[in-house]
Amino acid sequence: MARFRGLIQAAATLATNIHLPNFAKGGIYQGAGKAVCVPGLNCYSCPAASGACPIGSFQSVVGSSKFSFSYYVTGTLILIGVLLGRFVCGFLCPFGWLQELLHKIPSKKLSTKKLKPLTYIKYAVLLFAVVLLPVLVVNDVGMGDPFFCKYICPQGVLEGAIPLSIMNVGIRSALGKLFSWKLAILIVVAVLSVLFYRPFCKWICPLGAFYALMNKVSLLGIQVDQCKCVSCGKCAKVCQMDVDVTRTPDHAECIRCGKCVGACPVDAISFRYGLGVTGDKPAQSTQACENK
Amino acid sequence: MLFKAVKPVVQVALLIVGITMVCFGVMRGEADAVLAKAIRLCLECIGIG
Repeated sequence: MARFRGLIQAAATLATNIHLPNFAKGGIYQGAGKAVCVPGLNCYSCPAASGACPIGSFQSVVGSSKFSFSYYVTGTLILIGVLLGRFVCGFLCPFGWLQELLHKIPSKKLSTKKLKPLTYIKYAVLLFAVVLLPVLVVNDVGMGDPFFCKYICPQGVLEGAIPLSIMNVGIRSALGKLFSWKLAILIVVAVLSVLFYRPFCKWICPLGAFYALMNKVSLLGIQVDQCKCVSCGKCAKVCQMDVDVTRTPDHAECIRCGKCVGACPVDAISFRYGLGVTGDKPAQSTQACENK
Repeated sequence: MLFKAVKPVVQVALLIVGITMVCFGVMRGEADAVLAKAIRLCLECIGIG
């Protein structure tokens, strides 16, 4: 499966943005499919978007005067999180794929191993910009801003503002300081993506933060057979998310890309799916491994 | 070790909680609220609002 990851990412991006003719029309898809949340970070103001961004949807529901919590979006994220975990980041998220493509641009590559504390920023973004601020900071009629979408998310500019402003003069003339701020964020993320592997996913993405919390209980995961493992360290070396899968197969940062599966010389690492299946397949004893 | 023992129970419980929350959310009109937002241009998202 990991061998075809690029193809799966391309297919997932296309499925998430299936209404391609809307790019030429300068408008967005307005069908009933927009009531359903897509698994990855994909702006619903993208002309081609086939569904709703879960982060944008959550903020719009909790920021409305009618609701202060979204059971619908949270339930959807829990279901996706339990069924797939951060596999979504590795295989299905359009913005994750874009960062990977940018990282393929030949240049000096920098390690994020010493920047691990930055991975906690995304949990703060989830808590404050997505959950708390849209509920607590409200206007006179009780409506809150979607803080993450408005001030942080670069997807809206990339998928929405840029294509729409090219085709629509009205939108182009309305772009101001907020657009400039978000465009600056997009440019910074793009430059960082060339240098670092998936900087937005690792440090900022609130959707990645939610799925990271679900990684320990997701049905899909990575399993390490400790009987076969020769502790060569090749899996940890090849992992660009800075995870040592032999120590923590269910690590919050593991996006299930499967690079460790391909790198293992003794086939000790594999994908697993099911209820109660744990990441470790521990060696009970030397005898048990030998009998095997 | 304890977590490994309760893991399938937690997984099933979360699946049930997830389905229940989705159904409850749809029943109280959240899906309509999502649709209403998603079919209109999100001005904040594109940097206008």
